[in-house]
Amino acid sequence: MQFPILSVIIFIPLVAALLILLLPAQQRNWIRGLALGAVTLDFLLTLVVYFSYDAAAGGYQMLERFAWLPALGISYYVGVDGISAPLVLMAGVVAFCGVLVSWNVDDRPREFFSFLLFLAVSVLGVFASLDLFQLFFFFELAIFPKYLMIVVWGSPKTREYGGMKLTLYLFIGSMFALLGALAIYFGSGLRTFDMLALEKAGFAAEFQRFWFLFVFLGFGVLGGIFPFYSWAPDGHVAAPTAISMMLAGVEMKVGTFAALRVGIMLLPEGARHWAWLILALATVNVVYGALIAMIQSDFKYVIGFSSVSHMGLVLIGFASLNAKGLLGAGLQMFSHGVMTALFFAVVGMVYDRTHTRDIARLGGLYRKMPWAAVGFIIGGLVSMGMPGFSGFVAEFPIFMGAWQAMPVVAIIAILGILITAAYILLVVRRVFFGDLPADYEMVADISLLDKIAIGVLAAMMIALGCFPVLMEPLVASGVGRIMALLGGM
Amino acid sequence: MMIDVGRMMLEILPEIGLLILIGVVLVLDLFWRKSRKKLGWVSFAGLLLIFVLTLVFVQPARLPQLTWGGMISLDMTGYIFRMIFIAGAALTVLYAIANDSLAGRGEFYLLLLTSTLGMCFMASAADLIMLFLAIETTTVPLFVLAGFLTRDQKSVESGIKYLLFAAMTSAVMLYGFTWLYGFSGTTQLYQIAERLKYGFVPQAAVVAAMMLVLVGFGFKISAVPFHFWAPDVYDGAPYPVAGFLSTASKAAGFAVLARALFVIFPLQTETWTLIVALLSTASMFVGNLLALAQKNIKRLLAYSSIAQAGYILIGVAADSPLGTSGVIYYLSAYLLTNLAAFGIVALVGRAVGSDEISAYAGLSRRSPALALAMLVVMLSLGGIPPFAGFIGKLLVFAAAIERGLIWLAILGVINTIVALFYYLTVLKVIYLYRSEEEDKPLAVSSAAGTALVICIVGIIALGVVIAPLYGWSTDAAATLLFLPR
Amino acid sequence: MDWIFNHLVTLILFIPTLAALLMLFLPAAKITLLRWWAFIASLIPFLLSLVVWARFDADGKGFQFVEHTIWYRSLNASYHLGVDGISLTLVVLTTFLTPLAILASYSIQERVKAYMILFLLLETGMLGVFLSLDLLLFFVFWEIGLVPMYFLINQWGGSNRNYASLKFILYTMGGSLGLLLSIQLMGVVAGTYDLPLLFERWANLKEATLLGMPTETVKSIIFWAFVVAFAIKVPVWPFHTWLPDAHTEAPTAGSMILAGVLLKLGGYGFLRLVLPLFPQQAHQFAGYLALLATLAVILGALGAWAQKDFKRLVAYSSINHMGFVVLGIAAAAWAAGTENAVIAVNGAVLQMVTHGLSSAGMFFLVGVIYERTHTRNLEEYGGLFTLVPVYGGILLFVAMGSLGLPGLAGFVSEFLVIRGVWPVFTLATALSMIGLFFTGAYILKALRQVLHGPLNERWVGHLTEINLREIVVIAPMMALMLLIGVYPAWILDVINRAVMMWF
Repeated sequence: MQFPILSVIIFIPLVAALLILLLPAQQRNWIRGLALGAVTLDFLLTLVVYFSYDAAAGGYQMLERFAWLPALGISYYVGVDGISAPLVLMAGVVAFCGVLVSWNVDDRPREFFSFLLFLAVSVLGVFASLDLFQLFFFFELAIFPKYLMIVVWGSPKTREYGGMKLTLYLFIGSMFALLGALAIYFGSGLRTFDMLALEKAGFAAEFQRFWFLFVFLGFGVLGGIFPFYSWAPDGHVAAPTAISMMLAGVEMKVGTFAALRVGIMLLPEGARHWAWLILALATVNVVYGALIAMIQSDFKYVIGFSSVSHMGLVLIGFASLNAKGLLGAGLQMFSHGVMTALFFAVVGMVYDRTHTRDIARLGGLYRKMPWAAVGFIIGGLVSMGMPGFSGFVAEFPIFMGAWQAMPVVAIIAILGILITAAYILLVVRRVFFGDLPADYEMVADISLLDKIAIGVLAAMMIALGCFPVLMEPLVASGVGRIMALLGGM
Repeated sequence: MMIDVGRMMLEILPEIGLLILIGVVLVLDLFWRKSRKKLGWVSFAGLLLIFVLTLVFVQPARLPQLTWGGMISLDMTGYIFRMIFIAGAALTVLYAIANDSLAGRGEFYLLLLTSTLGMCFMASAADLIMLFLAIETTTVPLFVLAGFLTRDQKSVESGIKYLLFAAMTSAVMLYGFTWLYGFSGTTQLYQIAERLKYGFVPQAAVVAAMMLVLVGFGFKISAVPFHFWAPDVYDGAPYPVAGFLSTASKAAGFAVLARALFVIFPLQTETWTLIVALLSTASMFVGNLLALAQKNIKRLLAYSSIAQAGYILIGVAADSPLGTSGVIYYLSAYLLTNLAAFGIVALVGRAVGSDEISAYAGLSRRSPALALAMLVVMLSLGGIPPFAGFIGKLLVFAAAIERGLIWLAILGVINTIVALFYYLTVLKVIYLYRSEEEDKPLAVSSAAGTALVICIVGIIALGVVIAPLYGWSTDAAATLLFLPR
Repeated sequence: MDWIFNHLVTLILFIPTLAALLMLFLPAAKITLLRWWAFIASLIPFLLSLVVWARFDADGKGFQFVEHTIWYRSLNASYHLGVDGISLTLVVLTTFLTPLAILASYSIQERVKAYMILFLLLETGMLGVFLSLDLLLFFVFWEIGLVPMYFLINQWGGSNRNYASLKFILYTMGGSLGLLLSIQLMGVVAGTYDLPLLFERWANLKEATLLGMPTETVKSIIFWAFVVAFAIKVPVWPFHTWLPDAHTEAPTAGSMILAGVLLKLGGYGFLRLVLPLFPQQAHQFAGYLALLATLAVILGALGAWAQKDFKRLVAYSSINHMGFVVLGIAAAAWAAGTENAVIAVNGAVLQMVTHGLSSAGMFFLVGVIYERTHTRNLEEYGGLFTLVPVYGGILLFVAMGSLGLPGLAGFVSEFLVIRGVWPVFTLATALSMIGLFFTGAYILKALRQVLHGPLNERWVGHLTEINLREIVVIAPMMALMLLIGVYPAWILDVINRAVMMWF
C-alpha cells in the first residue's frame, strides 16, 4: 500500500491541534513550536503532493478510500486532481505563513493555534475530498474556528459584528448547498456520496436546473459571489491576520472549489442553463468590488473588497464553461489565494506596528519596513494582473474564456483591472511612500519570520508568473476532465 | 403452550434490573443514613451493570415479537430506546452526585430510577393500557423531581406546573385512547391497526382520535403548541432533572409517538405526516425565535430543546426508514449533548451563582476545559461537524428531501441558521468577554467530570464513527415500520 | 561558447534582470559599488548586442537569432525571440542608451540600490518588447516595463511626481486594456500567439466572429484597439497628455529612457503588429492616422513653443518628432508595397533612432543644468554661454541634431520620411513641413533663452561647468548623431532590408 500522504496531510494539523489543547497554557513556546512544526511538515508534504502529481496521467491520484457509513454510501475518500493539487499546496503554504505571522499572539495562544490548525484541517479536507458527505463534513468543520477566532482575536471594533455576519452568511450558503447535495444524492438513485460515481449519474435536465442554483450559489456565498459578498470585507477586516489570510486566501477558494466540484461537475446541464446568470453576477463582482475598494479609507477594507473583485474573475472563469476559462479560474484560485494571504499578512504587520489602518494616517513606511512594502507591491502587481506575475497567467485565460462565452463580460470586466491598478497604486503610495508621520519614527522593522512568510508567498507568485508551466499542465489536466463532463464543449 | 418464564424474564431484563436496583437503593437508604452520597454511586453502578447486561443479553428478534400477553413488543426500537434511557439516567445520577442539594437524598435516586423504569416500558409497550401506565409511571416521579427542592420556590412552582400540564394532557390522551378502544374493541396496538383497517370507522373519527393522542405525546416531547411548561420547568427544576427531562423524557415521548403513528395509523399517513410537519415547523420557529431573546442559559436551552424537537419531528414526518433512523440517531446525539449542556450549566451556575448567559464571561480563561466542552456542546446542538448533532440533522434533512418534503427541509435549514446565531452568541460570551473572577479556577467534581467526559467523547464519537449506531437505528426503524430486514 | 552564441538574445534580455537580482544581495550602503555594478551589468547587453549586430546577416530572410520554447502550452504561447533589421536597430538603441542613462544617474543619492534595480528591470522590459516574436510575450514585456518606470517617476521624480506617475501608468495601462482584450480575442480566434504564424494566418482569416459581427468588423475593432494602445505610447495627438507630465517629473535618466526608448515601443508596435496584421484596415484608416500625425507635429511644436519650462519644452518636442514617425507609418499603411512606403518606413525607423539619441541627449542636458540651477524655468536662465561654454557648445550641437540640421542624424530621417510621404499624403506633408518650421522656432527660442541674451547675474559663480562623467554620457550620443548624419548607410542598410521584407 502506498503512503497515505493526503490523509497524513489532513491529520497532522488535527493531531497537533489536539496535542496543543492538552498542553498547559503557559507553555507558549511549546505551543507555537508544535504548531509551526505541524504546518511546516504539512507544507512540505503538500509540496510533495504537488510535485508528485502526474499531470500527464491526469485524473484523480493518491487515492485513499475507507468505508465510513456503507449503509448510506458514505466513505472517507480522498484524492487530488489537477484542480485540487494546487489548492492543497496553497492551503499548505498559507497555513504555514499564517503560523509564522501569528508567532507573537499572546492572548490564549493555546486556543489560537489549536483553532488555526482546525481551520487548516478543514480546508485541506475539503480540497482532498472525493466524497460529497466528507466534503460537507470538512466544510462545516471550519465554522467554529472561523467564528471564534474572529470574535476573540479580531479587531475590537467590528469583531462581534463581522464574525457573526461572516459565520451566518457562510452557514446559510452551506446549508442550502447541503440541501442541493442531498438532492443530488437521492436524485442519482445510486445511493452513494462518491462524487466520481455521481458525475456519471446523468441527472435529468430539469433536476439539474432546479438544484444547480442551490449548490452553486450556496457554495458561491463562500466564494464571495455578488450579492452575497458583504460578509467578506467585514469578516476579513474583523479577523486577526492569520485568519484573514486563511479566510480570504483559502476559505474563499473552498467555496469556489466546492461550487465547481459539486455544482458544475455534478450538474453540468444546470451550469449551462445558468451560466449567463453567474457571468452577470461575477461581472458585477469584478467591477463593483474594485470600485468599492477604491473608495475605502481603511487599509484592510481595500484588500477585503479586492478579494470580492478577484473572486469574481474566478467565477467568470467557471461560468465561461470552456477550457480556457476554467484553466484560468483554476490558476486564479491559487494565485489569488497566495496573493491575498500576502496582502493580509502585510496589512497585519503594518497594523501591529502602527495600530491604525486608516490610510490617511499612514505613510512613508517603506523606510521602516522595506520588506513589507516590497511584498505588498508584488502582491499589488499580481492583483493588477501585471505580466510576469501569477495574476496575469491566471487572468489572461479567464478573459479568453469570457470572450468565447460572452464577449461583453470580458469587455466590462477588464475595467476591473484598470480600477484595481488605480487603487493598488494609490494605497501603495499613501501607505508606504510619502512622508512618515512623526508617530511612527520609532516603528520597528518586521521580524525574520515575517520576512520568511512574505518571501515564500512572493516567490510562489513570481515563479508561477514567469513559468506557468509549473502549474498549467496540472490545471489543464483537471480542466480536461471537467470539459469531458460538460460534453466536450 | 408452555410458558417459558425464564425467557420472558430475560425479555424484560432491563426493567427487572431497574426494579431490583430500586429495591436495593430503597433498602440501603434505610441503613446508610450517614453516607447517602454512596447511594448515587450504587445507582450509577447498577445502571451501568444493567446497561451492559442489556447490551449483551437482550438481543431482540429480527422481527417484532409480542410477549407478555401482547403487552410488550420486543424489537430493536425498544432495545435502543431502553439503552438511551438507561444511559441518560446513569449520566443524570452522576450529575446528581455532584449536586450537593441532591446527592444526599436517597429518594431522588429512587424517583429517577422509577421514572426510567416507566420510560423503558414506554419504549416497548404494545398495548394502550400498558402504554398509559408506563407514561404515568414516568411522569409522576418526574414532577416530584422537578419540585424536589422544596425550599426553592421556583422548583416547587416548576413541579406543580409540570404536574398540571402532565395531568391535563394525559387526560386528553387517555380520552383519545378510549376512542381508539371504542372503534376497535381492543387495546392491543397492532390489533387496533388491523381493525381500523377493516372496520367501518369514519376517517374523521380516527383522525380526531389521533389528534387527541398526539396532544399527550406532544406534551412529552414539548412540541409547540404543547411546550408552555418547558421553559419554566427547566428553569425551576434542579439542573440534573432539567437535563433528564429535556433528554430521556423527550426521547421516551418520541418512542411512543413514532410507534403509535406508524403502528396504529398507517392508513392515515398523509394526514399525520402533514400534522407532524406542521408541529415540526411550529416547534422550530417558536423554539428558535424565542431562544434568540433569552438571557438565561437554562431558558435558552429549554427553547432550544423545543426547537430540537421540531427538527426531530422532521424525521418523523418523513415517514421513512431513513427518517426514523434519523430520529433515533438524533435522539441519541441530543441526549448526550443536552445532558452535557445541563452538566456544564450546573457547574457554572453553582460556581458563579447565576444562570444568566452574561455570567459565562471569562469562562474560557477561568476553565479552558469547561469552555471547550461548552464549545463542543453548542456546536453539536447547532449541527456542526464533527459532532453528533451534525449527523442527526443531516439524516433528518436527508429523509425530508428523500420524501420530497423540500419545503420542510428548507424551513429546517433556515431554523438551523437562526439557532446557530444564539449558540454562537453563548460561545462568544465564553471566549470573548472578560470577568473579574476569571483567574479563579473552577472546581469540577469527579462525578460531574466523569459524566462530562463520557458525554463529550460520546458526542465526538457519534459525530465521527457513524456506522454502528446508524446500523442499529436502521434496524430499529425497520422493525418499527414493519419492513422486513 | 556555442551556447552563448545560440542564446545571445536571451542573454541580452535577461542579463539586466539577473544583475538586478544579484544586486539584492549587495549592501545598500555601498553606493559606489552599486552604481558601477549596474553600469557594468548594463554594458554587457550592449556588447552582446554589438555581437548580434556584427553577426547579423542583413541579407537573410525573416527573423534571426531565433529562440523558441513553449511558455504557456494551454494558450499556445511560447517564449519566441528573434530579431530582424527593424528590431535589431531598436535593441541596439536600447542597450546603448541604458548604460548612458545609468551613468547619468550617478547623481542620484537616495536609495540607489532600489533605483538601479528598477532601471535594470526596465531595460529587460523594453528589450523584451523588441525581441518578442510571440504576441503574448510581447504584451508581457509591454506591461512589465511600466512598473519600474512608474516607480522611477514616483520615487525619484519631481515635486508633482505622484500625479504624473499615476497619470502615466493609468494612461498606458488603460491604453493597453484594449490591447489586452484584443490579444485575448485574437488568441481565441486564431488559436496561437506566435507572430510568424499570425502573420501568415491572421490577415487572411475570414471566419472570425464576435457577437455575430462579420470578420471585417471584428478586425477593425481589434485594429483600433491596437492603434489606440500604441498611439498612447508614441504618443499621438490627442493621447499625448500624459507625456509632458511624466517627462517633466521623471528623474533625468528616466526621461532619457522614456523619450529615448519607451516612446519607440509605440512606433515599433505599429510596424511590427499593426501594419503586418491589419493591412486592409491600416490602408482603410491610414488617412486618419496621417491626420493625427500631422496634428501631433504641428501642435507638438506649438505646444513646445509655448512652454516656459525647459523640460516641458523638450517633452513637447518629442510629440512633435514622433509625429513624423507616425506620419511615415501612415504613409506606409496607405501605400503598402510601393517604393514610397519603403522609404517612409525607413525614415520612420531611422527617425526613432535619431529621436532616441537627440531627445535622450536633450533631456540629459536639461538635467545637467537643472542639477546646478534647480530651476527649469527658461526665463530664469539667460546668457549662460559665457559661464559654461563647453556645456553651451554641447547643447547647441544636440539641439541642432534635434532640429534636423543637415549633417546630423535628424535631418536624414526626417528627410526620408518626408520624401516617402510626400507622394502619398501631400497635404499632410506640407503641413508637417510647417510644423518643422515651428520646430526650428522653438529650439532656437530655447537656445536663445538659455545660452544667449543678457546674462542672469544670479548664476555667476554658482554655475559649474559640465563635468567629465557627464561628457562621457553625452559624447557617444553626439558621435552617433554625427555618424548617422554624415554616413547613414551603415544603419539604413540593415533597416532597409528588413523593411523591404515587410513592406
